[in-house]
Amino acid sequence: MMRLFILCALLWSSVARAETMKMAVTTSFHNSGLADILLPEIQGDIGLEVQLLVVGTGQALRLGEAGDVDAILVHSKAAEDAFVAAGYGTHRREIMYNDFVFVGPSDDPAAIVGADTAAAALAQIADAQTDFVSRGDDSGTHKKELSLWGAAGFDAATLGAWYKEVGAGMGASLNTASSLNAYIIADRASWLNFGNKRDLALLFAGDPVLFNQYAYLPVNPEKHPHVKTDAVAALETWLTGDVANALIDGYQIEGETLFVFNAK
Amino acid sequence: MNEIWAGLQAAFWLVARLDPDLVEITLRSLQVSVTALIIASAIALPFGTWLAIRRFRYRRATIAVLNALMGLPPVVVGLIVYLLLSRSGPFGVMGLLFTPTAMIMAQVIIITPLIASITHQAMRELWAEYHDLLISLNTSNRQRIGTLIFDGRRALLTAALAGFGRAIGEVGAIMIVGGNIDHATRVLTTAIALETGKGDFALALGLGFVLIALAMIVNFAIHVLSRTEREGRW
Repeated sequence: MMRLFILCALLWSSVARAETMKMAVTTSFHNSGLADILLPEIQGDIGLEVQLLVVGTGQALRLGEAGDVDAILVHSKAAEDAFVAAGYGTHRREIMYNDFVFVGPSDDPAAIVGADTAAAALAQIADAQTDFVSRGDDSGTHKKELSLWGAAGFDAATLGAWYKEVGAGMGASLNTASSLNAYIIADRASWLNFGNKRDLALLFAGDPVLFNQYAYLPVNPEKHPHVKTDAVAALETWLTGDVANALIDGYQIEGETLFVFNAK
Repeated sequence: MNEIWAGLQAAFWLVARLDPDLVEITLRSLQVSVTALIIASAIALPFGTWLAIRRFRYRRATIAVLNALMGLPPVVVGLIVYLLLSRSGPFGVMGLLFTPTAMIMAQVIIITPLIASITHQAMRELWAEYHDLLISLNTSNRQRIGTLIFDGRRALLTAALAGFGRAIGEVGAIMIVGGNIDHATRVLTTAIALETGKGDFALALGLGFVLIALAMIVNFAIHVLSRTEREGRW
């Protein structure tokens, strides 16, 4: 029994921590691998340990509303504006962007390679009734996909059995698409960093509607007095500064740039 | 099949290099699950034994509920603990959400009924044997529970190890209440879920093999430390 207690005491004897803050980020931001580049630099430069909660945009916003995180970094403008308007966030600061891409089986049964617009590509997938994987988790990517279906004249809720809502993060959804050899909409960064591509290929990109803006929203200390306002402000200054600019623009996978810094 | 082989290789290299991240999340897995186990055992062993020796009106109902709670779904426990600890929940002011403490609380809730139920089963048999002796010695309840726990310690070890096995392999609840934060609340099971999400099956499987090995080492170590199954001892 004594030995067990000693074992426990050893396990708990961890060192004291530096200043920490919690930030909810989208799975697409984290799966892209950029977080692993930025976080050590943030710790080195301003001595702040940022603890990431990797969730969908919908859940990230709810974590912010409940005050369980100090700031959020997400990509769904309409939902972000509503968040700030309701007083949960102090303001919205744009940080960087990338774009969404259509990924699907390399032989492209719905022939979306030559499509003119994203909406036309979706209409072709719907006509061909080929398998399509949807995030289905109220994330930024999911919201974008739903708006694209709307633009194409479809209601995602009434699509047939070929439309598969998996209710999972970007990587898990890509795994499903990879196994089913199905079409899926992903952000470019997650796609490039994804390790299980199998027969999937990038088929369509470049429509301006696929623009994907990431923004930083501090949680309002008036609603949640425990929020670490100083750390949140320091992180915002860092994220919009020159170091972050160079790191974000310089982050490449297989020779492709993943994010473009556009903070003002 | 290739992926399983790649997973074995990944596991080997992770361990051979003593990968610092691996060491960190393995120690955290142990920290959370062993602490949860000790707290749960402190509640469940006396409670299970007490259930075996006491007769009271709702005893059968209590035992039935306890057995049913063995199958408590971890995600539901996680969700409830999450809502209780959230800043907008009743215990929000403590700021415990997304900390190892929250993970321990969830695991204690999950494994206490399991340990208590197995304890009760084992102690019922032992009580049948000890009943006349302990009654005739006019012992107090506290003494009876103490005697049964001490003499039944081998069976209780099994109960505790079953609880530990459930705790260390559990992912649903600790993912929700811990949030899988790197260097803060990431443990082996949540790291496996994360790497699977990235499509890195080799690393995920490698971590899985490390987890299995860890569970076996802990079981083995406890058997050695407590000197069970030795000749001449019960």
